[in-house]
Amino acid sequence: MQIDKDRFLNILFISPSILAVFIFVYAFIGWSARVSFSKWKGLTADYTWNSINNYLEIFADPRFHVDIRNTLIFTGVFVIGSILLGFLLAVMLDQGLKGEGFFRSLFLFPMAISYIVTGVVWRWLMNPAMTGSRVTGFNILFQNLGLDFLANTWYNTPIWGMASIALAAIWQMSGYTMALYLAGLRSIPQELREAAQIDGANELQIYRHIMLPLLAPVTLSALIILGHMSLKVFDLIVAVAGKQLPLDVPAIYMWQVTFDGLFYGKGAAIGMILLISVAVLIIPYIRYTLKTEAQQ
Amino acid sequence: MRTKFRLSKRWLYIPLTLMAVFYLLPMYVMLATGFKRFEEIDLKTMWALPKGIAFINYIEAWTKLSPSLLNSFMMVIPAALISSALGSLNGFILAKWKFRGADVIFPLILFGMFIPYQSILIPLVQFMNALGLTGLPGLTLAHIIYGIPITTLTFRNYYASLPQELLEAAKMDGADMLGIYRYILLPISLPSFVVVLIWQFTSAWNDFLFAVVLTGNTEWPITVALNNMAGSQIIAWNVQMAGSLLAALPTLLVYIFLGRYFLRGLLAGSLKG
Repeated sequence: MQIDKDRFLNILFISPSILAVFIFVYAFIGWSARVSFSKWKGLTADYTWNSINNYLEIFADPRFHVDIRNTLIFTGVFVIGSILLGFLLAVMLDQGLKGEGFFRSLFLFPMAISYIVTGVVWRWLMNPAMTGSRVTGFNILFQNLGLDFLANTWYNTPIWGMASIALAAIWQMSGYTMALYLAGLRSIPQELREAAQIDGANELQIYRHIMLPLLAPVTLSALIILGHMSLKVFDLIVAVAGKQLPLDVPAIYMWQVTFDGLFYGKGAAIGMILLISVAVLIIPYIRYTLKTEAQQ
Repeated sequence: MRTKFRLSKRWLYIPLTLMAVFYLLPMYVMLATGFKRFEEIDLKTMWALPKGIAFINYIEAWTKLSPSLLNSFMMVIPAALISSALGSLNGFILAKWKFRGADVIFPLILFGMFIPYQSILIPLVQFMNALGLTGLPGLTLAHIIYGIPITTLTFRNYYASLPQELLEAAKMDGADMLGIYRYILLPISLPSFVVVLIWQFTSAWNDFLFAVVLTGNTEWPITVALNNMAGSQIIAWNVQMAGSLLAALPTLLVYIFLGRYFLRGLLAGSLKG
């Protein structure tokens, strides 16, 4: 009796959530997929079959090639930068210095702020003007410090402009990788360190040969989480650069094609391409995480 | 040998302080510019301290942005509360009741927190329009539902970490599932609720994508309003900086006072409960 009643209550309470997630995630993905194979253009839905033509069009579109290049540059700079910086910060904070908590909070606070705020502020910091009365932001700071050679055109730089937006993203997210690494370092037993010290290993060797291999799962998490974030990057670029073509990414392309251009079929196809690229990273990661969890 | 080692560590304050300056620079510009008087606004002197404290920029930003700030609060508070409550119930059921198919359903729910929302955006807008749930109510609903995966995960991890005996004892005493949840788990769930509420508050407050496709200009939350303000040529950049601070302040205050819980939510988001 009791068991039946509990079972009934369990189903009663969990099914609305499962149903909601099922509709809003899986049914909507299916719906998007269907739209991506349609000729839908304009405000009224049109599900006329269009085979894979939307996908072919996208892959042939030079704008999408720019998007792929930009995503690769952004991902490379952002992921490598955040991981290196986060790791260095974590190692420094792991030394038991006074004021550790203060620095830790300071390095993490940008995480609490929206990409929009970050973008609005960094747009001024990275103002591309290099000469004349409009020079401001980092460029004028470099001038005042006598570091003129560092002044550059930031996000207006051809091809590499994306890297400077990645810099703002590093500012925002490196605290996150620091927190991941710090949690990882704290979970390594102290005895291991002491044993290595007794064996005559210096601090550098300990990090290189003991900590780094033990932190491999953390690095993997960071790679995947940051990697999938950079595939989805959207708000930050909108706030820094608006909808400039040289700084386009798939998420902005999708947004513009769909809601400004009303090419729903094509927009849905971009969404599906994004989904597949994220799924390739995330599905193995979820499986791996749940498997390690089950083993513990 | 030992003292030498200790001494060498003190050098770490140099790189740490430099990094602290790097993290604070944008905040400095935001604050200093926001307090400058109109005459002081010159691109050349961006880094200079304000000559006095003027509030006109904040007042102007406030008059422009206060309706959107209010919209954000009206959307974020119910979204955070409801998705946390649902997450707690789901987490409890998934952690303590191993029904058939649970190990299929749980990863399927988890995947929902990683998807690029571009892949559901068109159906979402169509669906909300069809239901007549446009504007803030629709946006709130979207945040509740897309928040379910992470709130469920956080609570499931917490409840799974509790000793099974706790529940067995209550069952022996004749408590049913609701009784166990209400009298045993709920009272010790407060820290997890704080973690999840902060997380949901922050992510709904900071969201831009859902907001920009689901709301029109009278219902814009702060992120959309700020972005549009920053994009317009007529609004002076000192007002933009003041507006940015207003937009960041609620989540910053939460972070300053409850940072510890914020960090735990962050780690949960990478599946590392």
